[in-house]
Amino acid sequence: MSTITDDEVATEPERKPTKRQREAARIADAASGGIKVILGKILLLAIVDALALYAIFVLFLNDQWLVLGLVAVVTGIVNWIYFSRRKLPAKYLTPGVIFLVVFQVFVLLYTGYIAFTNYGTGHNGTKEQAVSALMSAALERVPDSPTYGVTVVEQPGTGTLGLLVTDPEGDVQVGMNDAPLAPVNGADMEGGKAVAADGWTSLSFQQVLGRTDEITSLAVPYSDDPNDGAIRTPDGTSGYLYVSTLEYDEAAATITDVATGTVYSDIGTGAFTSEDGEELMPGWQITVGADNFVRAVTDERLGGPLLYVTLWTFAFALISVATTFFLGLFLAIVFNDMRMRGRKIYRVLMILPYAIPSFLSALVWAGMMNESFGFINEVLLGGASVPWLTDPTLAKVSVLIVNLWLGFPYMFLVCTGALQSIPDELQEAATVDGAKPWAVFRLIKLPLLLVTVAPLLIASFAFNFNNFNVIYMLTDGGPRDTDAPIPVGFTDILISMVYKVAFTGQTRDYGLASAYSIIIFIVVAVISIIAFRKTKALEELN
Amino acid sequence: MKVNSRSILTAGALATSAALLLAGCAGGSSDNASDDTASTLTVWVDAERVDALKDAAAAYTDKTGVKVELVSKDNADIKDDFIQQVPTGKGPDITMGAHDWLGELSTNGVVAPLELGDSAADYLPVAIDAATYEGTVYMLPYAVENIAVLRNADLVPEAATSFDDMIAKGTAAGLDQPFVVEQGAEGNPYHLYPFQTAFGAPVFGSNDEGYDPTDLQIGNAGGEQFAAWLASQGKNGTGVFNTDIDGAIAKQNFIDGKSAFWLTGPWNVGAAIDAGINVAIDTVPSPTAEPAQPFAGVKGFFVSSESKNKVAANDFLVNYLGTEDVQLALFESGNVLPALSAAAESASSDPIIEGFAAVGAEAVPMPAIPAMGAVWQYWGIAHAEVINGADPAATWQKLAADVQAAIQ
Repeated sequence: MSTITDDEVATEPERKPTKRQREAARIADAASGGIKVILGKILLLAIVDALALYAIFVLFLNDQWLVLGLVAVVTGIVNWIYFSRRKLPAKYLTPGVIFLVVFQVFVLLYTGYIAFTNYGTGHNGTKEQAVSALMSAALERVPDSPTYGVTVVEQPGTGTLGLLVTDPEGDVQVGMNDAPLAPVNGADMEGGKAVAADGWTSLSFQQVLGRTDEITSLAVPYSDDPNDGAIRTPDGTSGYLYVSTLEYDEAAATITDVATGTVYSDIGTGAFTSEDGEELMPGWQITVGADNFVRAVTDERLGGPLLYVTLWTFAFALISVATTFFLGLFLAIVFNDMRMRGRKIYRVLMILPYAIPSFLSALVWAGMMNESFGFINEVLLGGASVPWLTDPTLAKVSVLIVNLWLGFPYMFLVCTGALQSIPDELQEAATVDGAKPWAVFRLIKLPLLLVTVAPLLIASFAFNFNNFNVIYMLTDGGPRDTDAPIPVGFTDILISMVYKVAFTGQTRDYGLASAYSIIIFIVVAVISIIAFRKTKALEELN
Repeated sequence: MKVNSRSILTAGALATSAALLLAGCAGGSSDNASDDTASTLTVWVDAERVDALKDAAAAYTDKTGVKVELVSKDNADIKDDFIQQVPTGKGPDITMGAHDWLGELSTNGVVAPLELGDSAADYLPVAIDAATYEGTVYMLPYAVENIAVLRNADLVPEAATSFDDMIAKGTAAGLDQPFVVEQGAEGNPYHLYPFQTAFGAPVFGSNDEGYDPTDLQIGNAGGEQFAAWLASQGKNGTGVFNTDIDGAIAKQNFIDGKSAFWLTGPWNVGAAIDAGINVAIDTVPSPTAEPAQPFAGVKGFFVSSESKNKVAANDFLVNYLGTEDVQLALFESGNVLPALSAAAESASSDPIIEGFAAVGAEAVPMPAIPAMGAVWQYWGIAHAEVINGADPAATWQKLAADVQAAIQ
C-alpha cells in the first residue's frame, strides 16, 4: 500500500470567526453536498465495512491470519481516509490504488514468486503430501485375499480405535494399529458380521465419519509378521488385506522399495531420487532460484524455436501497428473530407469490425480461410485451393490480414479525433504558401497527428506483442514446425508459445512459464519506456 | 473538530450501522459455528450431469446424514482446477473425470486409491482396465464412451462390410464425399486410431499392469502399412481423408446428406437425430481383414488424496454411485453406455446405445500413462502430414523416433 502522508495542521487557538469565515464555512458545507451525501457516504462505507467484517470472520474461521491482518489494516485506512475532513487526494486515489494492488501488483509479484519455484506437473504440493500420496499408492491388496466384514470399535478408556474383523468363514478377530489380530469369543453377530464384542465400544457410522483421519491411518497387522500385511477399511464397513511396496523412513528422509531394495532419498531436487537418478512421482514444490530463467534462455530444446518465435513476435507487432495505423489514417482522412456524402453511414460501417468481439471474428476468419471449404477459396476465388492457414508463409500473411481487419477501426477512430483537433487554418495557410497536398500532409498534419497518437501506437504495440486471442483462435500457432521438439508452430508468438509450454500436454511447467512471462513483461516494459521517452521529443512541436 | 449538526448526524449514523452490523454478525455466526465440515462431501460434477446425481446425493444424505454438495464445473477446466486446488486443501473430496487423466493425477499425487472390493466384477472389463493404473484402481467408472460409424440409413440401407465397401456404397448412392471424420490441421489421431489398429499397430504394448511405456509399438511394420494406406486415401489419393474437415464441417456434411457415413462419438448422435437423419450405428469398417478397434474412454469419479472425508467418499462412491439406479440415471443424462454390466444391459435396449456397445466390445482403453502425452504431441501432426502428401514411411519413422526420444 502507498502510505498516505497526512500534512499535519497545527491546531489554531479558538477565536471567534469573522463574518467572512462563517460565510466561507457555510459555503464549504453547502459545497460538500449536505446531509444526503453524508448519509450516502456512510451507507457505502457501511457496506464496505460489513463486507470486510464478514471477510475477517471467514478468514478467522479458516486461520488465514496474514490475509486477515491485511484486510483489517486496509479497512481501517479506508475508514480513516473517508471520515477525515481532509485528505482530499487520497479520497480519489484509494479505490484505484486498492484495485491496482489486488489485480496488478499482487499478480505480478505472485508470478515472480512462481518463476523461482519448480511448480508444475509432479511438483505441486508439499513434501508431506507427496509422501502420503506415495505411501497410499504403494498399498497393494494381497492377491486372492477375501473381503472381510469390519466394524470399527473403540477401546474404552484409551479411546484407541481398533477393527473387529469377521473373515468369510465367520471367525471373528480384533486388533489395533500396534496389536495384531487376536481371536474374539462371543461377539454379537448380525448378518454374518460381528458388530460388537465385549470390552470394546462399537462406533456408529456417524462416529466413524467424524474420526475419518484416524480410520484412514488404521492398519491392523494380520499377524506378528509384517510381511503378511495389514487390514485397512476404506469405507468403515468392509476391510481388505494390504501390503505396502514402499517403506518411508522419516528420520533418514528416505523411501525404500521393499521389492527391489532401491533407496530413494531427498537430494534437494523436489523429489525422492534413487542413486541412478530415477525419481518417484509425485514430488513437491521447492524454490529453485534462477534456474527457470537460465533454462528459458539456454534450453537447447527451446533455443531454435525461441529465436524465430521472438523475431516473428516483433515483426507481427510492428507490422500490425503499422498496417492498422496507415489504413486507419487513410480512411480517417478520406472520411474527414467535407465533399464526401453519407460519411456518417460509412463511419458506422467502419466501426463494425471493432464492435464484434475479436475472438469471434478470428474464428469466423478461420472458417472462411479453410482451404477446401472456406468462403474465400470456394466463393471469392471460384474453387481455388489457396492454403491460407496451412502454408508457413501464407499463414503469417493471413494472421496479419485478420489482425488488420480487427485493428484498423480503432486507429480510424483515434485518427479521426486527432485530425479534427488540427485547426483548418494551418492547412489554408500552407495552401496559400503554395504547398502541395502531400507536402501539407507530410510536413504539417502527420507530425501534429503523431503528437496525439504516438502513445497510443506504443500501447497498441504492447497489446499486439501479447495478442494471444488472434493467434490462438485463428491458427493456434500452426502450421506446426515438425522439427521442433516442442509443439510450436510458424505463427506462434511468444505468449502463445509460453502457453503451449505451460498449459498443453501432460507435463505442465508453471515455473518456466512464469519465468517467460516475466521476461516478456520486461521486454515490453523496456520498449515502451524507451518509446515514451522518444515521443517527448514530438511534443516540442506544439 | 467542531460539534455541529453534521458531526452529530455522522455519529448517529455510525452507531446505527455498527449496531446493525453487530446484529448481523451475531445472527450469522450461530449457524456457521455449528457447521461441521467433516459431514459434507464436496463433489465436482460436469455441468451436464448435476441433475442426474441429485437423487443419489439426496438418498445418501437421508441414510447417513452426510451432506453431499454437488458443484457444477466446466468440463474444460475441471482437471486443471483439481490438480491445482487439491494440494491447497481447497479442492473437492470427489471429482468426476475421465480415465486418461489418471497418469497426470497420479504424477501430481492428487488422487487416492479406491477399493472396489468384490464389486469390481460387476463392471465391464474395459472399464476396470481403464480405472487401473500401475496395478491400483483409482476410479469408480460410470460410463464407457467410444466412437462408431453413424450411417444415414435412408441413403445407404445396409451396413458396410469393409472400408472400401463403405466408399463404394456411398459412391453408388451418388455422394462425392461418402465418409467424413473429424480432422484438423494438426490431425486427429483419436478418431483415426481404429484404422491404425486394423493394421496391427497399437501405440503401446501391454503387460499385466496395463500399458507398458517401454514397449512402443507405433513404429512397427503395421504402422508403416497404415501410413501408406493413409497416404493413398489422402490429398494425392482418393481424398477420403482431408485435414480441412473439422468437427463442424463433418457434422454439417452428414446432416445435409452429403455424406452417408460419419465416424464420431455418442455426443453427436443427438444432433444428427434432431436434424431428421435416420441414424444407424455400425462398427468401424476395417481397411484390412482385422477388426478396427477404437479407443474407449471411461468416465468416472476420483477421490482426492487430501480429502478429509475419505471414509464417506469411498462409501458414497462404491456403495451408492456404483448402483444400477444411479448408473442408469447418469446414462439418461448423457446417453453413454453405463460401466456397470447390469446397467449396461438395461441401457442396451436402445438401438443407438446397443450399436455403440457392440463397437465398444472391441475397443481398447485409451492409455493413461504419462508417456502418452509425448505421443499425442507428435501423433496428429504426423497423420496430417501423411494425409497431405508427405512421404508416409519417412514421416512415420520420424514420428516413432520423436516419441521414443520424448519418452526417454
